[in-house]
Amino acid sequence: MSVLGSLALWIAFFTGIWGAVTGFAGGANGRTDLQQSSRRAVFALCLTLLVAVFSLEWLLFAHDFNVEYVASHISSNLPIFYTWSALYSGQEGSLLFWATVLSIFGSLALVLTAPRHRVYLPYVSAVVCVVAVFFVTVMLFAANPFARLPYTPIDGRGMNPQLQNPGMVFHPPMLYLGYISITIPFAFAVAALLSKRLDVDWLVAIRKWTILSWLFLSIGICLGMWWAYVELGWGGYWAWDPVENASFLPWLVMTAFLHSVMIQEKRGMLKKWNLGLIFGAWVLSIFGTFLTRSGVIQSVHSFTQSPVGAYFAWFLFVAIGLLTVLYLTRLPLLKAEATLESLVSREASFLFNNLMLVGIACTVLVLTVYPLLSEWITGQKIVMKPPAFDFVNVPLGLALLALTGIGPLIAWRRASIPNLKRQFAAPVTAGVALGLIVLLLGMRQVWPVITITLAGFVLGTVVQEFARGVRARHRQYGEMYPLAFFHLMARNRRRYGGYVVHTGIVLLFVAFSGMAFKVETEASLKPGQSVTLASPYGWTYTFKHLGISQYDALNRQVTAGTVVVSRNGKTIGTMVPEKRQHVDSFGRPTFEPSTAVAIRSDLREDLYVVLGGVVGGSETAVYRFTINPLVWWVWYGGMIVALGGVIVMWPGGTVGSNRVATGYAAKLGATE
Amino acid sequence: MNVSRRQFWGMLAVGLVGQGTRQQPAPAPLPGAGPTGTLADPDRVGRPLEPITARDNDSGIQAIEKRLQCTCGCGLDIYTCRTTDFSCSFSPQYHKQILSLAASGMTGDEIIAEFVKEHGESILMAPPKRGFALFGYFGPWVAFALAATGMVLLLRRRSRRGGASLAAAGERPVRPAPTAEELALVERELSRFES
Repeated sequence: MSVLGSLALWIAFFTGIWGAVTGFAGGANGRTDLQQSSRRAVFALCLTLLVAVFSLEWLLFAHDFNVEYVASHISSNLPIFYTWSALYSGQEGSLLFWATVLSIFGSLALVLTAPRHRVYLPYVSAVVCVVAVFFVTVMLFAANPFARLPYTPIDGRGMNPQLQNPGMVFHPPMLYLGYISITIPFAFAVAALLSKRLDVDWLVAIRKWTILSWLFLSIGICLGMWWAYVELGWGGYWAWDPVENASFLPWLVMTAFLHSVMIQEKRGMLKKWNLGLIFGAWVLSIFGTFLTRSGVIQSVHSFTQSPVGAYFAWFLFVAIGLLTVLYLTRLPLLKAEATLESLVSREASFLFNNLMLVGIACTVLVLTVYPLLSEWITGQKIVMKPPAFDFVNVPLGLALLALTGIGPLIAWRRASIPNLKRQFAAPVTAGVALGLIVLLLGMRQVWPVITITLAGFVLGTVVQEFARGVRARHRQYGEMYPLAFFHLMARNRRRYGGYVVHTGIVLLFVAFSGMAFKVETEASLKPGQSVTLASPYGWTYTFKHLGISQYDALNRQVTAGTVVVSRNGKTIGTMVPEKRQHVDSFGRPTFEPSTAVAIRSDLREDLYVVLGGVVGGSETAVYRFTINPLVWWVWYGGMIVALGGVIVMWPGGTVGSNRVATGYAAKLGATE
Repeated sequence: MNVSRRQFWGMLAVGLVGQGTRQQPAPAPLPGAGPTGTLADPDRVGRPLEPITARDNDSGIQAIEKRLQCTCGCGLDIYTCRTTDFSCSFSPQYHKQILSLAASGMTGDEIIAEFVKEHGESILMAPPKRGFALFGYFGPWVAFALAATGMVLLLRRRSRRGGASLAAAGERPVRPAPTAEELALVERELSRFES
């Protein structure tokens, strides 16, 4: 099977090169035979890479430990669910996953693109082939998933215990899907430049892909946060780790693009900027992969240092160079069709929104590579860690949150003072009221108070927009309010789906502010002993240790502590944190013992208990108890962001728009 | 191990679908793990720990530890590392050192300074706000302020230029009723607005 897999990679390599050459040549010369050949090459590339994936999964499930990748990432007693996910848990497998999914997306783009946009497809297939060939090249020459060992171990090393978690089954694929799918809008952007068709058409062609990519990134980032929270045991969900930042950067740039593209569609402005954003998002997606795999920046996520970093660095260097040349040569074709009429307009607010998003992305990028930058300039390495990131980014994030509420309130083209007063009155009142309430309740921390005030303002904006839209439909069509709400969303998915996303973002910000109120303590408890911890809400939790139990389960040896929890003297439940020693099929320990956190969640706060160990082999357990306020709102916020993204992406809306257009035409006709 | 095609697809299906629905059997406890005070297999719990005292939980000690980074490579502060990664040998040692320095009468800042003397400024969770680090802390805000100012000035100039060319084009006569062409324009604009 490894021979089949290796052969498939070589066939993919040559097929991809053929597809790239014929795509560019066919597009440039208008040769339909070459264009067809390139199209078929993408499908063939997809097929061969699927064969490679099939081969690797076969080797994993067959436990062929003579294959280095298999021996390094699984063991005979690994649960089958994780054997599947071993495909992308390692360097080589994840490269194969990337190339395969890219070829699938490329094939889908070729099949699903509307006929009026087919003019871009030769270049799209060429770009997809180029990127896929790059990943195949890295596999063939630096990180081959089918490489064999000179011997066959009796069992594999097993999977890192931290990866044996449902979150890690879904988080990497979601993130990869987000990274990879950025290549499709990028390919269309390159196609638009090469074909010199730079009107709004290419934007319409990539609309769903852009939102899909953003949606995958959003879900992937949230799943990563969830995994970090439930698995790593440190009690947080975001640590500004370089690999976390690598996923955040393209997300920020894509978010900026999703906003500024509306200006180009409606007013024909920001053409140069939008192209720059798409290129930037793609470059950042590859750069993120470079960061993860090169080892230039230390990270708990990093794959082992390997020569693939050099490949990625060169690829980025060449790609940025070529894109810059292409962009500069097409600048004369990217003139705006309209001009800004007023600083107080939605166009201007979107520009400031873009400034914030791209600016935060630049900030995160600079702070992430600060060790390299500082060493290069001063000779001394300075590492910016979470406190520094928070110091810089919290105010910037709050400014962005404010803009989230301001933007929708300002009219297109020009907003008058009376209009602004009318628009801002209710949301500002809501924000100030909420801020005063939390102050009266005793909250004095500056950033959380500002966050909640701004949250009230933004939510006020969203509620006002929905209320006005629903009231208008109710008056115009006589619909009952729930039906009017549904039709409002259905008729303008982009706008109102966007408001749903904004609501999710607000919840996330509020949830993040809860970490300012985290409390924790550690204790060593004999069976029957307890410890108390006061919640920021005012009540007191009592944690009573009952005892330790030890047993074997699946591929691990478990030591579990049982803790009974009471709130203000009333028992509310039992929590069972664990220490796990993973073993291979011969019972030999693999990796250091890991902790499995016990978490008890409700809407207000999470109780988070970690079993550190025991004292002197006895049942006296050492625990860390933490109270994390508002964590559930992180997951709710993430779900609402994803829901908003799905609403925006949902196809349809033409029936409603036809009806509205007819209605307007009829009304205009009645005035004659 | 030789696996047939049928076995392979079967295992894949089980892995993707069956795992979530299958009930896990109840784990059987090891003998001697009851209330005897002794665990049957202490080795599987990792390194033995020492009892936690009130000094360990002192909020001042916690605050000092949260300003210092563990040097094991985890990227976490000393407090979080030693209460999360129980295999780390660095953070427990640093914790003991901090307790000892605090017991000798040193203040929090003096303890921090002592660690910096021993390990360099890289031991700090937040680099001091001086030298090249200032660029990292304040550079983004300065850049934002400059970019925002530049954008306002540029947009103001462009919006004035745009307004002047509209005025130069002269006023259009107001039509009393829309033509078919204008209705078609409205329809086109509405369909773009709706999407």
